[in-house]
Amino acid sequence: MNMLAVIKSNSLVIGALTAAVTATAALSAPAQAWEPTKPVTFIVPAGTGGGADQMARFIQGVIAKNNLMAQPLVVVNKGGGAGAEGFLEVKKGKGEPHTLVITLSNVFTTPLGTGIPFNWTELTPVSMLALDQFVLWVNASSPYKTAAEYIEAVKAGDEKTFKMGGTGSKQEDQIITVALQRTTTPKHFTYLPYQGGGAVATQLVGGHITSSVNNPIEAVSHWKAGTLRPLCIFDAERSAYTQKITADMAWSDIPTCKESGVDVQYQMLRGIFTSPEATPEQVAYYVDLFAKVMATDDWKGFMQNGAFNQKTMSGDDFRSWLTATEDTHRTLMSEAGFLAKKATN
Amino acid sequence: MIAGSRGNGGACVEEISSLMQGFAVALTPFNLLLMAIGITLGVIIGVLPGLGGANGVAILLPLTFSMSPTSAIIMLSCIYWGALFGGAITSVLFNIPGEPWSVATTFDGHPMARQGRADEALVAAFTSSFVGAFVAVLMITFMAPIVARFALQFGPAEFFAVFFLTFASFIGMSKGSPFKVIAAMCLGFALGAVGLDKMTGTLRLTFGHDELLSGFDFLIAVIGLFGIGEILTSIEDGLKFQGAHAKMRLSSVLTTWRKLLPYWATSIRSCLVGCWMGITPGGATPASFMAYGLAKRFSPNGKNFGKGEIEGVIAPETAAHAAGTSALLPMITLGIPGSPTAAVLLGGLMIWGLQPGPMLFVEQKEFVWGLIASMYLGNIAGLIIVLTCVPLFASILRIPFAIIAPVILVVCAIGAYTVHNSMFDVWMMLVFGIIGYIFNKLEYPLAPLVLAIVLGDKAEEGFRQALLSSQGDLSIFFSNWLVGSIMGLGIVLLTWPLISGLFAMLTRRNATKLADSGAAGE
Repeated sequence: MNMLAVIKSNSLVIGALTAAVTATAALSAPAQAWEPTKPVTFIVPAGTGGGADQMARFIQGVIAKNNLMAQPLVVVNKGGGAGAEGFLEVKKGKGEPHTLVITLSNVFTTPLGTGIPFNWTELTPVSMLALDQFVLWVNASSPYKTAAEYIEAVKAGDEKTFKMGGTGSKQEDQIITVALQRTTTPKHFTYLPYQGGGAVATQLVGGHITSSVNNPIEAVSHWKAGTLRPLCIFDAERSAYTQKITADMAWSDIPTCKESGVDVQYQMLRGIFTSPEATPEQVAYYVDLFAKVMATDDWKGFMQNGAFNQKTMSGDDFRSWLTATEDTHRTLMSEAGFLAKKATN
Repeated sequence: MIAGSRGNGGACVEEISSLMQGFAVALTPFNLLLMAIGITLGVIIGVLPGLGGANGVAILLPLTFSMSPTSAIIMLSCIYWGALFGGAITSVLFNIPGEPWSVATTFDGHPMARQGRADEALVAAFTSSFVGAFVAVLMITFMAPIVARFALQFGPAEFFAVFFLTFASFIGMSKGSPFKVIAAMCLGFALGAVGLDKMTGTLRLTFGHDELLSGFDFLIAVIGLFGIGEILTSIEDGLKFQGAHAKMRLSSVLTTWRKLLPYWATSIRSCLVGCWMGITPGGATPASFMAYGLAKRFSPNGKNFGKGEIEGVIAPETAAHAAGTSALLPMITLGIPGSPTAAVLLGGLMIWGLQPGPMLFVEQKEFVWGLIASMYLGNIAGLIIVLTCVPLFASILRIPFAIIAPVILVVCAIGAYTVHNSMFDVWMMLVFGIIGYIFNKLEYPLAPLVLAIVLGDKAEEGFRQALLSSQGDLSIFFSNWLVGSIMGLGIVLLTWPLISGLFAMLTRRNATKLADSGAAGE
């Protein structure tokens, strides 16, 4: 109860003090290394229980367990409007360094798809933690053994008879589906949006959809149980994890889509941003903090469980990666007709 | 006992021995301590509106990283049980549902408190909760694999059918004018539609206001409509509150238990509804509403529902707890959460390095059976803790209402703020309060409005997914026995007033015809 009360009152105080801190931050000279002086709010632009939420709460646990930060990290879910609520909140807190946000691909897709007034360049990028993989899955009782076979079947079948299930609408799963359709012309998938990746995997096991592009962690248990079959991974190279998952296959045994003749690549950003106009000292502090998190064994185990691509970067590399990736999203989404009409406000 | 009916003796013995091992894992002093802490925290979380079980578990999740997975899940699931128990307390005492699934408990629980029977209502609520949970745990213990396979048959059309059934049972069974119910429900659908359209990923009905991005949260609506609305009504009544002479004796537990026994049929029916809705996963909220509606239909005292009928407390509480508990089954076996709290627990499993899904029962036997054993123990511990506190809870009503009303108002405001950490929600809560007051005055029912806000977007999602996959063909809702029978049942319930009216007319006509022919024959 006490614990709860403390956390609650802290998050109340954060809002109230924002203005005061903005004023003092402008006055204080950034001569020595910066450190948080009050609890840091860690915004998750998604609901509780999803991939971003899990990662945020895991990081919170790792930081607390290893005493990596003197101040507590408070996770707050702001998932309204496909994450728009969370991003707008961070954008509003200009010069407030005690706010972090963990992003997924919705940092690109939400503003493009909904037209809300937000762009990632309005935040301060901190680090890329990892890239989440996508795998093309079919039901294990289906006849398709390779991605090429499956794509051929879609091409040969009637229009829209193949159902692709995915998380959300106009987000990463549907973008991959649209990219896949380049290889199935003139045929299209019927895309069915669901609330979460776990539900998508289960619907595939139940035979209500014909394929999915679930993240590894969402489908691995069904793979082990022999009810789902991976066809290819949407990365440039095969996964680095060679530990056997089923009797005869490891993540590294799944061919890339490209080597199966389906030239589609997509990965999802798991990155950290902070408020607009954060000073270099503040960014440096957080980059260092997350480097420490990523050095723990707990983190490595977490990466392996989810078969993440452990690419990390920060600073200028990260910025140029973000710019390039945003362009990719804009191209894919405009091809698919997903871009919001120019917002009226 | 339930095991016997399955006709699979060999497997049962195995399950019982696994369960015994589970008890051995769960029954360490440390775990028992965690259980007590978890239940107490959960009850507090359940009492505070806004701070739901999902939030509570999410906030405490990082604390558990240094524990073993089994201890961690025992503590977190006990918070969950505690929240399920606790949700009933404020519903009964103040007409403020602490949790979505206790909305239906207010219908009869609060009138009972107003009649000075708060202790009776609380004992009934807690006991029914326990019964519901216990039956659900028995089902998880012995039927998990079968049930998991059943859950796999649920596609979009089946989901829509379940929600349709819930709505239909409300319209067909309402006491007042069905048109008022439909009007309230439509307002709820409209409010539920605000925000992101999940099927197309575009914003709707936000009119360019960022505050409306996340739509109207159900909790805000409930806190306002019920909590603030109730306070406004009470103020009009001159701050009188007819609960002050509530008894404070522990013996009321025994007398209430005796009163509960005749309602075994309602209990069984509610357990079935609850287990079914928990697995599918419709969730605890529709389960509680559906069980209440069914109890009203089948009870000989159906007319008195809403005026303080104990059966109206038993039905929703049993179903809500049965659903809340069985919601963990699809989480363990399939990796899909049956409730928001289950979704957070699911995240916890992954953080502890466990992979929820079909292999969990095979790979992590000790963990799974420890968890199941803790469900038995946690619910027993929870029942004892909350029952001993009944006099304490009931005595809250002795505080003059003039003092308690401002406190409730503040707690409601904090609760509303907590949901999204947003001041806008607090204002919305007050607006909903005024709406609630007006609804009361004009005798429009609040429950259908709330139900539509909670389930409206899920029903819409199921409907549109189904039509997408059938490419617009409505016959998908009758394409197999499962969805066809649920939809059929829904249509019967929806048109029940018409059917029964027609039936009565026909029998009357036949009777006159018979009488006529009889007269002619003479």
